[in-house]
Amino acid sequence: MLKDVSFGQYYPVKSFVHNLDPRLKILFLIGYIVAIFLAKELLALGVAAAVLLLAVLFAHIPFGKVLRAVRGVLFLVLFTAVLNLFFHGGDAVYWDAPAVLWEWKIFRVTQAGIMFSVFLILRLFLLVICSSLLTYTTTPVSLTDGIESLLTPLKWIRFPVHELALIMSIALRFIPILMDETERIMNAQKARGAMLDSGGPAKRVKAIVPVLIPLLLSAFRRADELGDAMDARCYSGGKNRTKYKKLHFSWRDLFALVLLAALIAGIVVMRFFPVFPL
Amino acid sequence: MAKALEYRDVSFSYGEESAFRMEHLNFSVEEGEFVAVLGHNGSGKSTLARLANGLLVPDGGEVAVFGTTVTQKNLFDIRRQVGIVFQNPDSQAVASIVEDDVAFGAENVGLPREEIGERIEFALRAVGMEEYRTATVSRLSGGQKQRVAIAGVLALRPKIMILDESTAMLDPRGRREIVEVVKELNKREGITVLLITHFMEEALLCSRAVVMNRGEIVMQDTPEGIFRRGEELVTYNLALPRIGEICNRLRAGGMEVPYTLGVDALAEEIAKCVS
Amino acid sequence: MRIVAEHLSYTYNADSPFATKALDDISLTIEEGEFFGIIGHTGSGKSTFVQHLNGLLRLPSSLKRGKKKDPAVLTVGEFDLTSRKTNFRALRRQVGMVFQYPENQLFAETVFEDVAFGYKNFAEKKPEADEVARAVREALEEVGLDYGEVKGMSPFDLSGGQKRRVAIAGVIVTKPEILVLDEPAAGLDPLGKREVMELLHRLREHWCKTVVVVSHDMDEIAENCTHVAVFAEGKVKKVLPPAELFPHAEELLSLGLDIPLTAKLVLALRKRGMEIDCDYTVEDFVKKVLAQKGEKC
Repeated sequence: MLKDVSFGQYYPVKSFVHNLDPRLKILFLIGYIVAIFLAKELLALGVAAAVLLLAVLFAHIPFGKVLRAVRGVLFLVLFTAVLNLFFHGGDAVYWDAPAVLWEWKIFRVTQAGIMFSVFLILRLFLLVICSSLLTYTTTPVSLTDGIESLLTPLKWIRFPVHELALIMSIALRFIPILMDETERIMNAQKARGAMLDSGGPAKRVKAIVPVLIPLLLSAFRRADELGDAMDARCYSGGKNRTKYKKLHFSWRDLFALVLLAALIAGIVVMRFFPVFPL
Repeated sequence: MAKALEYRDVSFSYGEESAFRMEHLNFSVEEGEFVAVLGHNGSGKSTLARLANGLLVPDGGEVAVFGTTVTQKNLFDIRRQVGIVFQNPDSQAVASIVEDDVAFGAENVGLPREEIGERIEFALRAVGMEEYRTATVSRLSGGQKQRVAIAGVLALRPKIMILDESTAMLDPRGRREIVEVVKELNKREGITVLLITHFMEEALLCSRAVVMNRGEIVMQDTPEGIFRRGEELVTYNLALPRIGEICNRLRAGGMEVPYTLGVDALAEEIAKCVS
Repeated sequence: MRIVAEHLSYTYNADSPFATKALDDISLTIEEGEFFGIIGHTGSGKSTFVQHLNGLLRLPSSLKRGKKKDPAVLTVGEFDLTSRKTNFRALRRQVGMVFQYPENQLFAETVFEDVAFGYKNFAEKKPEADEVARAVREALEEVGLDYGEVKGMSPFDLSGGQKRRVAIAGVIVTKPEILVLDEPAAGLDPLGKREVMELLHRLREHWCKTVVVVSHDMDEIAENCTHVAVFAEGKVKKVLPPAELFPHAEELLSLGLDIPLTAKLVLALRKRGMEIDCDYTVEDFVKKVLAQKGEKC
């Protein structure tokens, strides 16, 4: 039953963060990413991390869940960090003295390199935590609503905002169904002796055909049926269409916005007037 | 007074290669009727449904809804009046959340927000799903999904509702749920219902039943009248409902029970014969 | 082959907020030669149970070394499904499984290729062409299709009922000893339904030793099954022959399950002071009713 692992990992509890306007949460994520990449000293990143910690607390998401999101990218992050550690030549962009600590052939570890790697790890972790916080606290539906609303200005250049949003929401709606379907078809073929998880690459590609074809056929069939059902309910594009759900910007959102603004402002200030220059 | 739904001399085919033909079909439904359409797979039942709201366009003849002929120009108005609920509970919902999906049709016709809210409430109450307003569609049972689909159609306040084998993929409990909801809508809201099905038992609740075969309407009668002609049904690849079979066997064994289709009615008759 | 399950439990998405217990300490034996019926609601655990029978779902002890030994016993003939050493491939050859709407698994360009798929997969070494052709022909003829006519056709050009029979042929082509079917008649019209039920009878008579069928159709269950297991909330509530199960009609109704028409009539007649002691097949019901009339006359 794959469908029980809901897509986007929405974590269904009630909280301050869950109730925020999705648009704001998307903006927050973008702003936050900008902020952590602007930050050039540990204190600034520390403040950013504290803000995020606060957000996680307010979201009532268990820390285990948050850490699990980090675990998913752990290897990738560490790998990049190690590469940087050895190969970051110490061309001091941020730091003045490229003090070489250890050198062997092409490998060179510098103080700057260490700092760079540490920053990289912290930034990527904060980024991952912040974006998973968005998907943990926002249903796919309101996420699409938020994106649609934020993209609305693009209607002026005839960008099909409504269609895009509808496609996204239908895709989200059908992901659990198709995942279920995939599992069913895989089971049926396994019962007929298909070896779906062994053999070399060529064999595996061949083995996937009996799953892929029925899956595609079923997706097309569903698309047909959905099209009819939409037509039967008077769908005719975004023109003259009203929207039942309106996004509301409330005092909570204002609070979060102020917090974000303060964070970015603080980090920018610290960038030019470092508190603990290295 | 104009008929709710009228097929006048309608011909239709799915192109040259297809073996299916509908030729000069005449058929009408009165306002407030509850009609069962029976037939084996491929007999033309679904074609009949799709012609009613312009999803399919007849090659000849015309379909009229409350006296208005369906054309490419008035599709929007026709579809507001003729709602169709389809077969597969998993491929009709557009949105992931129940209320968003029910709202879809009402949004399409540009109703103001407040009214959409009221219609969602009305529609969900009518199908007994008001407690599931903010539930996730994919987590509902088959019967519940189909009730949401009915609500999505109801939100447009149609006068005619067609269920195109909407019970075929459900378990017995789901089927009962749907049939009861529809029966209630017919009775309370006065909605004209066309129930397309191959479950003979469902036809017993209707005021009239028609049987289709190869694009033709071959029988039209009360459900009892239809099932009394059991042998004819078999020639159209349909089967007598099991209760009819029991009646037949009892009669063949010399017990003169009249042709009854309700469990209690038959028990009453048996008890009468025995005592 | 005999199927024995004892203390079998299964939880989906264990250790997550979505954990759901699908089987809760069930015990059940299916003897060789039975036409075994399984009834219960969606979510009662019946599908989870049957997916264990050919190892599509596996017990933790059969997957990981040193996993805490649980008390579960699950054997199908000689196969011990709790052991890691079990040859699950060989098991699948012996336990054919037809899923709901099996026509949705068809994929090959021709009916022949589709039916041959399972046969080739399970063959120890690459089989000879005429050997495959013989097996496919037998399977297609067994499900009532004309081999010469359909073998070269695309399975997608067939009618709904034919597609389903091709899909069933694709499962029985390896001559499994046990055939498990989940709602084999779902979505078919009355004629297609009757054909599928007749097919199951034929299969049990001379093709597979044991047939296990999951169904909502109580009338078919009452007519055909040797034993019926009632699943509810992950437990097995009862395992009885239909004649002994349907006297508990009220209990089944309280579980929200349907009962056969004959059982409904028996209840309705009881209210009117008439006791019909039948085995709940239509034939026996009619016989007993007529007999009562005979006594009175």
